[in-house]
Amino acid sequence: MTPWNPRFEEMPAADLDRLQYRLAKTLAARLYAFSPIYHARMREAGVHPDDIRSLEDVRKLPFMYKRDLRDTYPDGLFTVPREELVRYHVSSGTTGKPTVVGYTEKDIELWTESLARAFTSIGLGRGDVIQVSYGYGLFTGGLGAHYGAERIGATVLPTSVGNTERQVELMQDLGATAIACTPSYLLHIGEVAEKMGINLGRDTALRTGILGAEPWSEQMRRHIQERLGIKAYDIYGTSELSGPMFTECAEQHGIHIWRDLALIEVIDPESGEPLAPGERGELVVTMLQKEALPICRYRIGDISSIMDEVCACGRAHPRIARITGRVDDMLIIRGINVFPSQIEHALLEIPEVGEHFQIVVDRKGTLDEMLVRVEVSKEAFSDKIADLMRIERGVAHRLRNTLNVAVQVELVEPGSLPRFEGKAKRVIDRRVL
Amino acid sequence: MAADEFIIRQISVFSENRPGRLAAIAHALEEERVNIFAFSIAEASGFGVVRALVDHPERAHDRLTREGFNVAFTDVIAVRMRDEPGGLYEVAHLLGEAKINIEYSYAYSGPAGAVLILRVDRPEAAIDAITAAGKDLIPSSAFA
Repeated sequence: MTPWNPRFEEMPAADLDRLQYRLAKTLAARLYAFSPIYHARMREAGVHPDDIRSLEDVRKLPFMYKRDLRDTYPDGLFTVPREELVRYHVSSGTTGKPTVVGYTEKDIELWTESLARAFTSIGLGRGDVIQVSYGYGLFTGGLGAHYGAERIGATVLPTSVGNTERQVELMQDLGATAIACTPSYLLHIGEVAEKMGINLGRDTALRTGILGAEPWSEQMRRHIQERLGIKAYDIYGTSELSGPMFTECAEQHGIHIWRDLALIEVIDPESGEPLAPGERGELVVTMLQKEALPICRYRIGDISSIMDEVCACGRAHPRIARITGRVDDMLIIRGINVFPSQIEHALLEIPEVGEHFQIVVDRKGTLDEMLVRVEVSKEAFSDKIADLMRIERGVAHRLRNTLNVAVQVELVEPGSLPRFEGKAKRVIDRRVL
Repeated sequence: MAADEFIIRQISVFSENRPGRLAAIAHALEEERVNIFAFSIAEASGFGVVRALVDHPERAHDRLTREGFNVAFTDVIAVRMRDEPGGLYEVAHLLGEAKINIEYSYAYSGPAGAVLILRVDRPEAAIDAITAAGKDLIPSSAFA
């Protein structure tokens, strides 16, 4: 497989070290000169751009946080004049103000370049028809994937989200070979197609899924691959990094982060101290070449770990392991940390129930109670109440073993739990604290 | 083979325990012009199973499945009882003597007499025992 950009993708590690150091030092100097907020924070931390004398010295730089973007709404962290901006994207803030990100022409170019390398690494290129079923508009997913797909010479089918039956028709009629969307939306598309009498694996040309924008698991990958007859690849990014930026390569073992574009660290979310490769913690990202909205040691809030050995594909660019949750999505039930992804993981191992679920957290007196609603599968449905109650108890037992916290389980009718056409909102927290 | 004619296909429907679910099932059956001879609801905490003997089980099954319900067929038998004190005892007693376990049961009583619908662990043995005792089993053809 020929890389999209051999110069950077095949660059030896030592050269990448030097390149990253040079870019990081330039970034620190630029922030010190043009970002009043980051300037103040560097002074507070007692760091001057001249103090960055090695790649390790990047750790001296202060962190940036999501709240910095909100506090400086709309554009207080931008470091270029408005006439340099070619685009805005806005991420919907679930709490408080939205966050606005801006792009120079070069920012768009490097975002596109990153995805061109990524898409090429999973075997896509000229002749492919890529259906982009991420939302277009203020959300970065649609336009980001669109530009990357066009860059590699593929044909883009910009369906955006929604009108699922039409998505299935167009996928079939125009011969889409790949789809970019959230994993839960792809499952939904698969269900709708089945109702229309269409089996995606058998009746369409689809063979690749580029799936992200919500947490998912290895089990869900297996499930999607088996059920839909495609290869499913994880894609990673957030609007602060530009948008969806990085994917797995054909090895499907970790998401490659291009070192000429980004420097990644994993830290202990409590202490802020760096963790060793393989250790799980909060991902911190420095975007080395972003202009309009520089991102330096950004506390992204996702939980992952770094794999820094050379990949079987030959690239020396490090990989991040599958995101297993968010620092702030974590539920604390009776003092125990619970990630919704753990529940998904466990449910996919239980054939009697479907893959959709909903978590309801409530507080009875002083005790947290967690209820997990799952759909009983057609194959497992028994006429006997005792059998159904056995399934409920079995699921509860399995979840309890996985989460180390007691869980109530409720069986619901198939198709009754909400399907999501964007980020899945699976937790209803009714606790009044 | 003779036993087969007495095995009746009951439809069983998984239903959440909340307002409107039975109405949704009944409405779908009405639209399919499926008539219900007898039915019962068994309930657990958050869900229940609606069981029904209908005149067109296949049609009912397909329609309810299309509506998104989880539907299964279950084999049951139907015994005519004397519609007077002791009628139920006769049937229950003879099954007990034959060591046949009743998993669940429901009944209806109409102009044509009283009928006991039974889900048992060993349907063939139950059919033999009931026939041997001279009781009247209703053939599945009576429900179509």
